[in-house]
Amino acid sequence: MTAEMTVVEPTPAEAAATGILLRANRVTRRFGGLVAVRDVDLVIPQGSIISIIGPNGAGKTTFFNVIAGITDPTAGTVEFRGRALISRPRRTWLEPIGWFLPALTVLALALVVGAPSAGQVGIGLTGLIAIGLLVTTLVIAIVRPPWYQRLLAGAGIIRSARPNDVVMAGIGRTFQNIRLFQNMTVLENVLVGMHLQLRSNLVDHLVSSRRQATEEKDAVKRARDLLALVGLKGRDDELARNLPYGDQRRLELARALGNTPALLLLDEPTAGMNPRETADMTALIARLRRDLGVSVLLIEHDMRVVMGISDRITVLDGGERIAEGTPEEVRRNPRVIEAYLGKPPE
Amino acid sequence: MATTAVTTARAPFERVSRRSTPYVFVVGLALAVFALIGPAQFINALTIGAIYALVALGYTMVYGIIELINFAHGDVFMVGAFVSMFTLTTILGDGSFSLGVGPTVALIIVAFAGTMAVMGVLGVLIERFAYRPLRNAPRLAPLITAIGVSFILQNAVQIVYGPSPINTPQLIPPTARIEIGSISIGLINVFVIGSSVGLMVALRLFVNRTRLGRAMRATAQDREAAQLMGVDINRTIALTFFIGSALAGAAGVVQGFYFGNIQFNLGFQAGLKAFTAAVLGGIGNITGAALGGFVIGFVEVTAAAFGLFVWGQALVFAVLIITLIFRPSGLLGQQLGERA
Amino acid sequence: MSEIREIERPVPAGRNAAGGRDLRSRIGEIRERAHAFSSRHRSTSVVIGLSLVAAILPLIVLLPPLSGFSSQPVWVNGFTIAGIYVLLALGLNIVVGLSGLLDLGYAAFFAIGSYSFAFAASPFTGVDVPFWPMLLIGAVLAAVFGILLGAPTLRLRGDYLAIVTLGFGEIVPIVFLNSSTYTEGPNGIGGISPPSLPSIAFTSADPWPWYITMIVLIAVSMIFIYRLQDSRLGRAWMAIREDELAAASNGVNTVTTKLLAFALGASTAGLAGVFSASKLTLVSPNLFRFDVSFTVLAMVVLGGMGNIWGVAVGAFVIFMIQNVVLKQLNILFDNIYVPILSDIDFLQYQFLLYGIALVAMMLLRPEGLFPNRRRRRELHADESTLGELGDPMGATPQ
Repeated sequence: MTAEMTVVEPTPAEAAATGILLRANRVTRRFGGLVAVRDVDLVIPQGSIISIIGPNGAGKTTFFNVIAGITDPTAGTVEFRGRALISRPRRTWLEPIGWFLPALTVLALALVVGAPSAGQVGIGLTGLIAIGLLVTTLVIAIVRPPWYQRLLAGAGIIRSARPNDVVMAGIGRTFQNIRLFQNMTVLENVLVGMHLQLRSNLVDHLVSSRRQATEEKDAVKRARDLLALVGLKGRDDELARNLPYGDQRRLELARALGNTPALLLLDEPTAGMNPRETADMTALIARLRRDLGVSVLLIEHDMRVVMGISDRITVLDGGERIAEGTPEEVRRNPRVIEAYLGKPPE
Repeated sequence: MATTAVTTARAPFERVSRRSTPYVFVVGLALAVFALIGPAQFINALTIGAIYALVALGYTMVYGIIELINFAHGDVFMVGAFVSMFTLTTILGDGSFSLGVGPTVALIIVAFAGTMAVMGVLGVLIERFAYRPLRNAPRLAPLITAIGVSFILQNAVQIVYGPSPINTPQLIPPTARIEIGSISIGLINVFVIGSSVGLMVALRLFVNRTRLGRAMRATAQDREAAQLMGVDINRTIALTFFIGSALAGAAGVVQGFYFGNIQFNLGFQAGLKAFTAAVLGGIGNITGAALGGFVIGFVEVTAAAFGLFVWGQALVFAVLIITLIFRPSGLLGQQLGERA
Repeated sequence: MSEIREIERPVPAGRNAAGGRDLRSRIGEIRERAHAFSSRHRSTSVVIGLSLVAAILPLIVLLPPLSGFSSQPVWVNGFTIAGIYVLLALGLNIVVGLSGLLDLGYAAFFAIGSYSFAFAASPFTGVDVPFWPMLLIGAVLAAVFGILLGAPTLRLRGDYLAIVTLGFGEIVPIVFLNSSTYTEGPNGIGGISPPSLPSIAFTSADPWPWYITMIVLIAVSMIFIYRLQDSRLGRAWMAIREDELAAASNGVNTVTTKLLAFALGASTAGLAGVFSASKLTLVSPNLFRFDVSFTVLAMVVLGGMGNIWGVAVGAFVIFMIQNVVLKQLNILFDNIYVPILSDIDFLQYQFLLYGIALVAMMLLRPEGLFPNRRRRRELHADESTLGELGDPMGATPQ
């Protein structure tokens, strides 16, 4: 596993060059006795649009959730930009124990040494040290500096990427049933999408520094650009919940773009749309690839969209990959036809 | 069948050990406690645990069906204790307890039936007017309402009866004992444990064997599907509240009998502990709530036996936190793998 | 389609249904403008608003009938104590209102702030750290405990989080109560020093220095909280409240964001705690029980969760009701005999009333008495689903 390799970010021009953006190896996800995803491989070259299709219950969304860091895989790995991103967690229960260890050790030592007999001072001091150590370890655990992660890895504790780690790596996503921040405005939704791009910290907020002010202004401007890109210009102050359905999907897309992802995971982006809206959305996705160099991984049911826009298609059925190839190849693949239409009567 | 026996040759042991680990744990804990505090206190722990178990059942059933922690449930328990006390003192007047066995038994039945019925109705009313309108509201709303109801109940009782403890008639004399060979157990303990276990068994039978019980389980698993199958959701939820509150009422009756006094803030502390018991056993799991209740009883009485009663409360709470952090599904629940 | 148009025709801003400009719509216009101004110049409007309030309040109580109840110094003293609760409500608002984390044990942080000053400035420990730096230290200490007590709750869903925080809120006073050697147990610690400024004496006889200090504390807190709310952190808090998974899927580190909510919320309680310890000159575990947590929660809920000014006003109003109105009702019905009412001790009833008010609020007006306009839209959205259809008549000027 190439843990420490850094990959230089490609410019949009280079996006068309061959380079593997994401590689999923034998991803498997079990829920108790049910195997939702079994040994699925997937490769996403830079600058491509890949679709995942399959009958309902084929495991598409579960697979997405593994890549997005929402579910841990039971087996298999996902590499992104050459670095390991997702793998099966190991020994994670060890970590919380490690947090309490220093404080508990101090308490135990104090008992052994006989601090209680030293009266108030002894106990007070012990308590203070213990609490101090606890707070320190908690803060370290929260901040997760590289040396801490190396320490964990050395102890055999492997933690898979969380959703916000995945975003930080450069992957954005939308959801099958739209998950906007309903009671925040359109602009605020996109601003949250840009959360990791903004650098001002707590102190900046409190003193309302110059840096914070300029950053916010730039952020608003960039957010408006994104909104204009998806066709939601001038709707800044509307509540997300009041938007018509099609606009909500566009907003979710704009929000997902906020962190300038290299890869977009779109879960059924045209679900519930009429033909005209579907065509608009498809054109929008193509435009995103062309103008922003974003690669796209798509779950879709609408075959016109899939066939029209995909570079390659992966077909899942019953949790397994049953076909992979260009739209032409997949369309003619007998197993795919059988999965969708059933076996022809003998 | 033959093939499954062969292919799962290794599995049965695994499955058996995984399923019985929690029970082994509880039994082991019981033995340890018995050794630590002696038989008399052990019986005491079982008794107190039985009361907690009865209250925990209500928490776990309600959470299982509408995913709401009914903050007011502990206070329903308290009101039950007061209702029982009220009923008995009204019937008995100021009088003494020179009643024969027959009238005593009758009185006990009246106390139980009356209190359980009244508490059941109270639970249904609370659900109907305070929780049902908010079933689709953001999560915070029914939680806050539940707290409000809890405060209403507590303060209403405090206003009527004052803040000091009130004596309750102990129909079963605390000094009466049952002798079995060389073992002597308090009659009241046998009564409390027996009636609690009896009620729990009855509940288990009801949930597993009757049509209404099946409706409750279905609604807890998947409300929409149950509705599509023709289950009347509102009635089922109301029934759940009725049963849970009735059980809490029974616990209130028993509390009064065992301790001899009750106080308006009884529900607050007991509620917290009973809820811990429900979580410990696996929220939504009825057997788990019963087990959890006994474990909490063990913890509390053991701490008290060592003179650390107040820290016992903190300890129970620590149990809650540890359970929620390390094994959120409780003793009898399944491990979930999701982060969502 | 025509029926839909009949039902709801949007009213343009500044005009009433008949199209004319009457008093109500003019007031509405003024409110809009004031609102827009204050959104853009937060700190200024806070200072202006609070100065106005601080100046007007002591003047109002010089008028009858308020002057009949108590003298001005007593009133001002009451306002100062109310200010403590305003600070508490502002802090809890960050946790419950902005971030959606139902914290039922908030009084624990109040206790920590108070006891920290008691340890720092009383004959009990023999130390005498000055008040002003202790404000900061108390706030930081409370923030640290906010992190400690918040950390176990991070993975918990709303209901469980509430219970765990409730338990913590119970444990902290119990610890203070039972560690008699360190905390004087049930008797509490007394003789706590007042603040000291050159040439200004803080005594129990003169309410004005306390009053002004409290106003300043509230102003500073409100300014900071508004800045946080309008920042990226504030948005992250609201995102977590709306949909935690979606927030995480957009890069928000839910762990640090929640801990910051707990820490910053607790720090305000710490501030209030230090002030309270100094003003009352004593601390005792009884001051920090669940009633306090519940009262502050009621203030936040009734005042409009998430709305900073609303919560502050709500806290003030509720405190006034609790400490003034109910007391005065008692006195009134002691003097005038009315059959049932005279037998009631209204103070005893206050928590009953809170409970009823809370339930009623949630059922009828969940956005609180002074809601964020947006929050009112959010909670009554089901009633006006026509929003989706847009404006059929095109009558609303943009």
